[in-house]
Amino acid sequence: MTRSSKKRLNTILIEIVLITVSFIFIMPIILAITMSLQPPESVFSFPPKFFPTAFHWKNYVDAFNTVPFARLILNSAIIAVMITGGKIITGTLAGYAFANFKFRGRSFAFSFLFATLFLPAETIMILPLFNLMNKLGWVNTYWAMTIPFMASATNTFLFRQHFMSIPSSLEDSARIDGAGPMTYFIKILLPLSKAIIGGATIINFVYSWNMYLWPLIITMEDKMKTVQIGVRMLISAESANNWGIIMAGTMIAVLPTLLLFFTLQDLFVRSLVRSGIKE
Amino acid sequence: MLPLLHAGGVSMRKLYPYLLLIPTFVIIIMFIYYPAGSALKLSLYKTSPFGNRTIYVGLRNFRQLFEDPEYLYAVRFTLIYVSVSVAITIFMSFIIAYMLTRGVPGTRIYRTFLFAPYAVSPAIAGTLWTFLLNPVVGHVNYFFAKLFGIQVAWLTSKPYAFYALIFATVWKMLPFDMIFYIASIQDVSLDIIEASTLDGANTMTRVWRIIFPLVSPITFYLVIMNIVTTMFSSFAIVDVMTSGGPGGYTTNMIYKLYLDAFTFQKRGPAAAESMIMFAIMLVVTIIYFSFAERKVHYQ
Repeated sequence: MTRSSKKRLNTILIEIVLITVSFIFIMPIILAITMSLQPPESVFSFPPKFFPTAFHWKNYVDAFNTVPFARLILNSAIIAVMITGGKIITGTLAGYAFANFKFRGRSFAFSFLFATLFLPAETIMILPLFNLMNKLGWVNTYWAMTIPFMASATNTFLFRQHFMSIPSSLEDSARIDGAGPMTYFIKILLPLSKAIIGGATIINFVYSWNMYLWPLIITMEDKMKTVQIGVRMLISAESANNWGIIMAGTMIAVLPTLLLFFTLQDLFVRSLVRSGIKE
Repeated sequence: MLPLLHAGGVSMRKLYPYLLLIPTFVIIIMFIYYPAGSALKLSLYKTSPFGNRTIYVGLRNFRQLFEDPEYLYAVRFTLIYVSVSVAITIFMSFIIAYMLTRGVPGTRIYRTFLFAPYAVSPAIAGTLWTFLLNPVVGHVNYFFAKLFGIQVAWLTSKPYAFYALIFATVWKMLPFDMIFYIASIQDVSLDIIEASTLDGANTMTRVWRIIFPLVSPITFYLVIMNIVTTMFSSFAIVDVMTSGGPGGYTTNMIYKLYLDAFTFQKRGPAAAESMIMFAIMLVVTIIYFSFAERKVHYQ
């Protein structure tokens, strides 16, 4: 009797805590939406508004006019697609090598790749990486923002892990049927990995859409910058502190990843956990 | 055709893995190992003001850094910022994850709301909190003023600028940890939880004495990931929210590296700073693996 009433109390307590924290965590996003729809005269209303009462879409138009957002969105999209595609291609190929082949130097190659996990070049090595781009003549180009990030240890390990879980009898029978290693890879291995490739795609996409420091350094002109930097530009440009416009720009920058997230939440959760946990 | 392929098959098969690894290795050698090597070289040289001559100076760049009070301050600030935000995030995310695995009604909605900041970039997280803490229009600022009578310029005064960074960092980082904790708490066998309930262990003891130790491998992993995030990805949050201010108060190591490398063009010292951060990463990694190894045996 006391146990069940104690359990009930526990449940109520948990409910209260969860309602409070989840409210606090989602609030910044809701408030940003509210503010992005406020006309200038009610931006400074006191006390501040919590839910949208007006739909002043002009803030979005103004954001586009203050900062070249259309171009920045295009840049971010190009960069995100290139990095994501590159990582999937290099990752599946290398993962296939590690999972299905025995070869001389395999464990060395593995460690060599593994070490890069702890050498985040786009942050620690920004100066030498910038110098290298200078030498290559890649400063202010998409190449500089994408190619260095087209291979990663995490993706390779993720695919290797998955390929290792596929029964080797499948490979044997494919070989008996006369299929070469590449045919087996394309016709059998990849189709069996659709779910994991899908998961890696969204995670890589969000990662590259959200990059900040490196694009900031390597781009010289506004038209090569990304939406993340666009929001920063908007804050500097809005010296009148029209937070309606700034929040409109923020919503523009965050919308793609947020939409992806709300539609594919379960895939995010599964893939994150799978790619994060080492064996 | 077929026998021919088969005859070449053995040697081709030997060559295959190397071909498959070429794209990955070309990229990591060119864009990770080569820059790392040149950072090491650069850190031992001094570049003349016009950048046309370099002189070997040994460890002078490092020595200068350790005598530079600004750099020492950045190191100290990083240490505090990293430990405070990681500790808060780990603690909160574990508790929340535990609650989300109790099967209370509404769990799915709570999880969605709590997970949402994962999709938000550090730069946007910084922008959102800059807005929320704005002394005029910010809702959080309004809330603090009403409840605690704190009416301050959050981002431009000490120590509030530090608190502001912590808010944004924890908000951004918590979802990631929470998801991992949910997965690993669900893996803890129900028998253990049931048994501890029968033993009469109260909820708090059960959570901290029994479940928390059982998920310690994931805690180690998350602590490492969080240290990396707060040391490096925090750049965007700092840049957007405080730009290292007021007066260098929130300048952490990565922000200092950025300033020295690109604003002040101090190449030698900046390269030395890279090497120091790399060394820190190395130490963290070694600690992680020696602990992780032990934990695996323990499990």
